[in-house]
Amino acid sequence: MKKIVVLAALLTFALAAMAQAETLKLLTWKGYAPEELVNKFQKETGITVEVTYSNNEEMIAKLRATRGAGFDLAQPSQDRITAVQEEFKVYQPIDFAKIDAAQVIPSMLEAVKKNTQVAGKSYAVPFCWGTDGLIVNGEKAPGADSYKALIDEKYKGRVSYRMKRPILVAMGFALGYNPFDLYKDKKAYKAMLDKVSETLIKAKPVVQNYWANGDSLLESMRSGEVFVAMAWDNGGWKLHAENKAIDFVAPKEGALGWIDTFAIPAKAENTAAAYKWINFMLRPENAGYFTTQEKTGTASAGAGKFVAPEVQADFDRGFDQAAIDNIKWYPPVPAGLEEMEGQVLDKIKAAK
Amino acid sequence: MKGSRLAFAIFLAPVAAWLFLLIVLPHVDLLLMSLRGKDELGERVWTLANYMNFFTEPVYWLTFVRTALYAVITTAITFCIAMPVSFYIAKVARPRVQGALMVLLLLPFWVSELVRVYGWMILLRESGVLNFFLMKLGLTQKPVEMLYTDAAMILGLVYTSMLFMVVPLVSVMDSLDDSLIEAAYDLGAGKWTIWRTIIIPHCKPGITSGAIVVFMLTLGNYLTPNLMGGKNSLWFTEQIYNQFIASFNWNQGSAFGFLLLALSSLIIWLGLKLSRQKLGEVAS
Amino acid sequence: MASDLSVRNLTKRFGEFKAVDEVSFDVPAGSFFSILGPSGCGKTTLLRMVAGFEAQSSGVIEIRGKDMADVAPNRRPVNLVFQHLALFPMMSVAENIAFGLKRRGLKGAEVGRRVEAMLERVGLPGYGPKSVNQLSGGQKQRVAIARCLVLEPSVLLLDEPLGALDLKLREQMKVELKKLQAKVGTTFIYITHDQSEALVMSDRVAVMNRGRFEQIGRPQELYGEPATPFVARFVGENNVWSGEVTASDAAGATIRTDEGFVFKARAKGACAPGGRADLYLRPEAMRIEPREAEGLNTFAVTVKAILFDGANSRLLTVTEQEHELLVSLPQNRRFDHIAPGQRITVGWHPDSGLCFPAMGAS
Repeated sequence: MKKIVVLAALLTFALAAMAQAETLKLLTWKGYAPEELVNKFQKETGITVEVTYSNNEEMIAKLRATRGAGFDLAQPSQDRITAVQEEFKVYQPIDFAKIDAAQVIPSMLEAVKKNTQVAGKSYAVPFCWGTDGLIVNGEKAPGADSYKALIDEKYKGRVSYRMKRPILVAMGFALGYNPFDLYKDKKAYKAMLDKVSETLIKAKPVVQNYWANGDSLLESMRSGEVFVAMAWDNGGWKLHAENKAIDFVAPKEGALGWIDTFAIPAKAENTAAAYKWINFMLRPENAGYFTTQEKTGTASAGAGKFVAPEVQADFDRGFDQAAIDNIKWYPPVPAGLEEMEGQVLDKIKAAK
Repeated sequence: MKGSRLAFAIFLAPVAAWLFLLIVLPHVDLLLMSLRGKDELGERVWTLANYMNFFTEPVYWLTFVRTALYAVITTAITFCIAMPVSFYIAKVARPRVQGALMVLLLLPFWVSELVRVYGWMILLRESGVLNFFLMKLGLTQKPVEMLYTDAAMILGLVYTSMLFMVVPLVSVMDSLDDSLIEAAYDLGAGKWTIWRTIIIPHCKPGITSGAIVVFMLTLGNYLTPNLMGGKNSLWFTEQIYNQFIASFNWNQGSAFGFLLLALSSLIIWLGLKLSRQKLGEVAS
Repeated sequence: MASDLSVRNLTKRFGEFKAVDEVSFDVPAGSFFSILGPSGCGKTTLLRMVAGFEAQSSGVIEIRGKDMADVAPNRRPVNLVFQHLALFPMMSVAENIAFGLKRRGLKGAEVGRRVEAMLERVGLPGYGPKSVNQLSGGQKQRVAIARCLVLEPSVLLLDEPLGALDLKLREQMKVELKKLQAKVGTTFIYITHDQSEALVMSDRVAVMNRGRFEQIGRPQELYGEPATPFVARFVGENNVWSGEVTASDAAGATIRTDEGFVFKARAKGACAPGGRADLYLRPEAMRIEPREAEGLNTFAVTVKAILFDGANSRLLTVTEQEHELLVSLPQNRRFDHIAPGQRITVGWHPDSGLCFPAMGAS
């Protein structure tokens, strides 16, 4: 008898716990959901955040495989949304009435709205931004301030970059093209890619390794195996905190600016929680905390005063006004481009 | 009689369902996907273009040839190392040592492949452990880059494959009567001849099954070539991954997947033909 | 006659244990030499040292006058037929026989010729292409021997090769092996725990016990004149009495058994009056109902059972003290009247009994 009572009690608790445990399934980048904020969010709303780490390509593949199910919120880059949405329909339009627009830098909100528009509806809210540029070890490679340093014989065996699309775009700029203008003209873009791949294949001896994992790149920079790398700005700033010789450099061709967003998958189960998380993350103090932690700027309007001064110093050192004006923001990638680039990337990697 | 057949069917049903749902269906889906593609107008049509691409685009088939070649080399090296190791475990070591050695071989597999590969990376990298000692001992003045080379990649692949070669070899060697070795020795054979004429022929089924497993594992490996191989190490699996993930070209990716299946089966079939064996004999 | 194999003070220690203890012997060229002993007596270790698979702790092995100390098994002019034959299952019969020839660098046609000649010699012509697994036990036996003989070794070692065969075949192979040895003339060294194998085939037999040779001699000598109680017990069948020596002289000793019989017998070793001794008597030495009892030791026994075995038939009898004795029963119809339960008299000549000082006493 006693046993049955205990069992019943346990069952009740379990049921209650299940009813209470509302979850948000978040598909995002490493570092985009700091534990501190996840805990705070749970305390505030009672919603548990289940985080899955990924990158742009895998995010798209995962959502495409389930036709937009399995996650409540994803964080793709703004330039990778329209083509994907047009072809695979994995997202649902954002209901901007549910977004606390006052928290968001208006120009960035407008830009993202515009860039993620499909059939008159926008599919994303900006979250954070950063740039691809150079991380340079100033002692070993003084004066490296151009993407051309990545193919410079001087740094033979001391260069690293990711064999992904940013290097193709950066090299395009370095060779005097404007890849973003060529997005519309596939033929011209292909011609540029051919030139870029030729250059990169020729410069292969310069490369130590194509990095695949951000942490391992930082380790290679830290140990002095790599002098010049193409990578994200926050990585350079993290290293700068340890070793003053290493820093992020905005190349003179212009750093490549990206904006990562919030987008809601088509078959999200808990959209309410998704909107709650979006507003929560863009709240100035939370966004400031994120920026301090990850050294990544956010789209939050009032976050500035919550950012630690040394992180602000990193931004100021890396970007003077001219460098900011020179940032090349990734426009939306038209469909079919990635396939073309994929072949070029394979070709470069396979070449001897 | 009828009852037992019914019971058999009931027991078999979940297995059959499992096989069907998790193996057959996805493959059928992949096969269909590999036969779809876009024509010039962007319309989705049935086509063999995805398969043709493999043969017309040198990057693709060269990558496959390279991958297969390195898989064969890895299998051969693994075999050469595993043979004496297995012999020691099966014939030389005392029973208690035998168990300990098997555990030692198993030990690396208690951690994930990723951790193992990172372990090797820490050892081999320019600022790594091995270079540190080489410099300390004065063997080299400047650190040597040992990681990100084909040799490093093969090292990693061999390391990952060892166990799958040693286990079948130990079990066939256990069944080898010591007196056969002594008889050959007695009849005038030297060590090498004994290996060639007695031990290896006896171990043939184990060698074949070990080689098939190692070859397939190596061919299908993704992490090790990617992380240890460096800038020239495009592996065929990586190409499939890239088709699916980076280029969003699932049709092409599925076609590559089927080509990998077909071509690796072909290579194994050729290997069995060349060594005059039958798959059934090997499996038993 | 020159010795093909000469062994001097050969010793093998495994830790404290001496598997082979100071053994010395010579095997004349062309003879059939057997080493007979119970399992664990060290005979296999001895053989393996001769073959080269074990290194001796001390002592010398010479084959045709050459010291074998630093010669590896594959270089020794001896070959070993293994207990379980160790035919190579991955090869055909011909390949098995050709194995050693090829190792000597002989080429195709010559190898084929010699293999065929050897197959003919062992009575298996045309068996070359067969698989080893297709052969019967006796045929395998012959292939194993052929595989060694084709190399024309100085000495052929055989490690109980008949052990795995069934009885009938074993009897047959014994004779065949003896004939084969006579035909090829190679020196055979044969180890076995089966005394009948050793006695039937050998020119000379060494009886081995606990790492030592108890006696070396012709089979008749071992049987008729065992040098030690162990040999007396191990070779052939014997009836045993324990007792006390009451008198002894050059002609023999008188022993009073514990049952109270007083027998005269030949003395082997120091059988001093008053000492304990064992008396060994072969079943065939006892005569049933002897007509001439003069000079014989006689006593009465009760027949318990008739153990009929053709020419080897015997009576199982008991004395009053229930001491079991085996008595040969000649199959000449003279004793057809004997039935179990009957009391009979048996007698034996003092020369037939052998008296050894009791084991442990000497």
